[in-house]
Amino acid sequence: MKTEKPYPPKLALRFFRWYCSPKLQDYIEGDLMEVYERRKAKGGKFKADIRFAIDVFLLFRPRIIRPVEGYQNLNAYGMYKSYFKIGWRNLLRNKGYSTINIGGLAVGMAIAILIGLWVWDEFNYNNYHKNYNRLAQVMQHQTVDGKVMTGHAIPRPLESAMRNTYADDFERLSMATWPADHILSVGEHSISQSGNFVQVDFPEMISLEMISGSPTGLKDPASIMLSASVAVALFGTTDVMNKSLRIGNQHDVKVTGIYHDIPANSTFSNLKFLSSWELIAASEDWIRYAENKWDFNSFQLIAQLAPQADMNHVSEKINQVRAIHSKNNYFKPEIFLHPMADWHLRSHWENGIKTGGQIEMVLMFGIIGIFVLLLACINFMNLTTARAEKRAKEVGIRMTIGSARGQLINQFLSETFLMVLFAFVFAVAIVVAAMPWFNQLASKQIEIEWTNPLFWIIGSGFVLITSFASGFYPAFMLSSFKPVKILKGVFKADGKASLPRKVLVVVQFTVSITLVIGTLVIYNQIQYSKNRPIGYDRDGLISFFVKSPDFIGKYEALRLALKNTGAVVEIGTSTTPLTQIWNNSGGYSWPGKDPTLQSTDFGIIDINHEFGKTLNWKILEGRDFSHDFPSDSLAVILNEASVKFMNVENPVGLEITNGETKYHVIGVVEDMIMESPYLPVRHNMYFLDGHYRYVNWINMKLNPDRSTSESLAAIESVFKSFAPSLPFDYKFVDTEYARKFSNEELVGKLAYVFSGLATLISCLGLIGLASFVAEQHTKEIAIRKVLGASLLQLWSLLSSSFVGLILLSGLVAAPLAYYLMSQWLANYQYHEEISWLSILWVIVGALILTIFTVSYQAIRAAVMNPVNSLRSE
Amino acid sequence: MKNYQLGEFEEIVLLTVGILNNEAYSVAIKDEIESRLTRTVSMGALHTALLRLEEKGYLKSFSGESTEDRAGRPRRYFEITALGKKAMLYAKETREQLWKAIPKAVLEYQLTIGN
Repeated sequence: MKTEKPYPPKLALRFFRWYCSPKLQDYIEGDLMEVYERRKAKGGKFKADIRFAIDVFLLFRPRIIRPVEGYQNLNAYGMYKSYFKIGWRNLLRNKGYSTINIGGLAVGMAIAILIGLWVWDEFNYNNYHKNYNRLAQVMQHQTVDGKVMTGHAIPRPLESAMRNTYADDFERLSMATWPADHILSVGEHSISQSGNFVQVDFPEMISLEMISGSPTGLKDPASIMLSASVAVALFGTTDVMNKSLRIGNQHDVKVTGIYHDIPANSTFSNLKFLSSWELIAASEDWIRYAENKWDFNSFQLIAQLAPQADMNHVSEKINQVRAIHSKNNYFKPEIFLHPMADWHLRSHWENGIKTGGQIEMVLMFGIIGIFVLLLACINFMNLTTARAEKRAKEVGIRMTIGSARGQLINQFLSETFLMVLFAFVFAVAIVVAAMPWFNQLASKQIEIEWTNPLFWIIGSGFVLITSFASGFYPAFMLSSFKPVKILKGVFKADGKASLPRKVLVVVQFTVSITLVIGTLVIYNQIQYSKNRPIGYDRDGLISFFVKSPDFIGKYEALRLALKNTGAVVEIGTSTTPLTQIWNNSGGYSWPGKDPTLQSTDFGIIDINHEFGKTLNWKILEGRDFSHDFPSDSLAVILNEASVKFMNVENPVGLEITNGETKYHVIGVVEDMIMESPYLPVRHNMYFLDGHYRYVNWINMKLNPDRSTSESLAAIESVFKSFAPSLPFDYKFVDTEYARKFSNEELVGKLAYVFSGLATLISCLGLIGLASFVAEQHTKEIAIRKVLGASLLQLWSLLSSSFVGLILLSGLVAAPLAYYLMSQWLANYQYHEEISWLSILWVIVGALILTIFTVSYQAIRAAVMNPVNSLRSE
Repeated sequence: MKNYQLGEFEEIVLLTVGILNNEAYSVAIKDEIESRLTRTVSMGALHTALLRLEEKGYLKSFSGESTEDRAGRPRRYFEITALGKKAMLYAKETREQLWKAIPKAVLEYQLTIGN
């Protein structure tokens, strides 16, 4: 560069250098100089200066101006690219290890996602209804013998009291009966569907989505609103407005509305049709009878709060409404509102206090989900740190070249991020594949909401948190190595370094063993209650629910016709199904009754003469009802629980009075489990209904010598001959009884699956760790072998440390599981204590599994030829 | 047939690079265009055109020697790539096709007017 040469205008040049992209600056500046020199020689400095400035100005264009981001960012991008590239190569180099690592994490994540979706679904229960936050069930507490009982049933006059006295607090109210199966018939075609009788505001309260008709369609009592599915089942189309049909072969109604079926995760999902409360209130004697009876708790009342009203406030306000009106305040009735938000998750009461309910199960599984994810993360951390020593040299070199600690941390975090991302993709694939199976298992209809941004936010948060949680420890441990030591080769993980790894294995197996013990206890409990003697013979027992008046006056004829077919051994009728007790009644007294006893509520079952024979119940004292004793119309049979409750010595012959009526006890029957298999049997009374006045259920004992399908066909044809239009839908008593276990079985199945997978994840971790330990000790093993160690010695050397760890986890898990499961079992009055022996078996099982898992690696290492091991490296 | 994007000025620059053969660098290209076509070419327009052509893959560049009159800055020489040649040929052929498609009468009329 010649200094004597006069320079172009400095300002323009500086401006140019400021904006010009560094890549182009040299070339263009050269051009400018060249042209400037030429122009100066030709036309003088001033002209050249001006042209120079113009050129600089014209060069101020997008492609020439430097890019907005500086070059620093570009470098960091390259760095990350390199991190991912190295991470990818590491994945490919250790295929087995990567599979174990990513697979384990994916399974853990898939479980967490499934549980998360389930929990989400549980929390969104009833959200379909737009008035979710303002709907409430009107309920009541009553105090009986010092115990507070809580129930949904309320007396009928409560409705008008609420409408009149508290009109400002409620926007809408609706009385209702209880959802039950009813027969809907069009001409000769009839089906049985569950539905309810409600008041006109009800459809709007639960925000029914109408296909046609108005939500106020129940204005006229002789009307019915059908769900789309029922409309199709009855008419084959949803275009059925104003068509007429019959309910229960009694009420003629007209279709005034069609609505979309209510989704499965709603309390109202079983409302396939809605008809008018006024319709049955006018036609049913007992409802008419209840009109002004404040002590007749038999109905439901659903309320929608006014917009400005506060749920708790109103609930307190209406507390005494029944107490004020009712003359008989024996049971201290307290009315309150149970908000819809709590219907599904929190509807257990203990002594008048809300104690949770389903929410406990939701939380329990939520915790299991978190634990399984934690297990998978621990696995990941364990394997990654174990591999770390393999990569110590890489870290050493990186450090020497000048990597800062932060950069190394970044590198390992981005590597874990890569793996976690893979695992997440696999996990989502697993979830998609397992969804139908899971829905069936949990009897849900859960779908992955792909379009819901929340799903993606949670998903990516999930990936970030998991990758940080599992990458955190390895990243910081690896980066804390001393480069000099590593490169000198003196670096070696000592006992201290492996301590955290051991702790993690212990944690992992503690969780797994606890889960397995829990599963075992749940299964034991289910089995134990299933094996509980039920007091009657339910084999080949079917029940038919009488939903129409077709059989009135014809029961005896029906019984004989059925017996004549030979398909049925005996027919017994009852007011309640065999797996529930529908009627309660009080007001009984007997000689020797404890005068302080407030409640003499008995479960009441009215039966015909042959009921006992049909069920094959066991008379312990006295005799069964008999046609030979006309006086049996005032006879009563007690169950064992009643005898105990009444506290009488010789029950047979005892006189029991209720008001004016006197009954005499003719027999005592063994307790039959008709309600919860987990609770003590309630005190029941069996009265004779010899004239078939209160028949709700026809129970039939099938002939064991005939094939079931033949018998059923024969029975159906008899039923059809009596009531041609009635569908013959019967229920097997044993399946009905089995349904009492469905909740526990669901818990059991889920726990089974989750604990199985948790164990699998833990074992995957163990395999990885064992193979790593074996690899680490290759030389040691070879030298020991040369010096004469036997295969057994080498094997026990490699396995023993793991066995110790698992024993330790067992010691931690056993009391933990015992405590947790005792809490769970406390929910069931009928339960078996947890046996320590079964806990011991689980621990032994875990040990055997561990030995199997570890042995493969240990033996492989031990049988290797020492020459090869020593020569390598 | 692939669509070759080539603007009018870009085509001129590409052709000039061809003319200059191995001596094509910015100032030379500028001089060449200015002398042959009697139009002024601003440095900015030329550089952006060259950059765009390079991005499209019609040109490639390499750093040359630095000289005294450039205050020690290197020259940047340009060369047409195979793709660039195809693009030039394509531009030429499409022009010719269009020319051929014009009815003779129109052309004669215009020629008369032109004369």
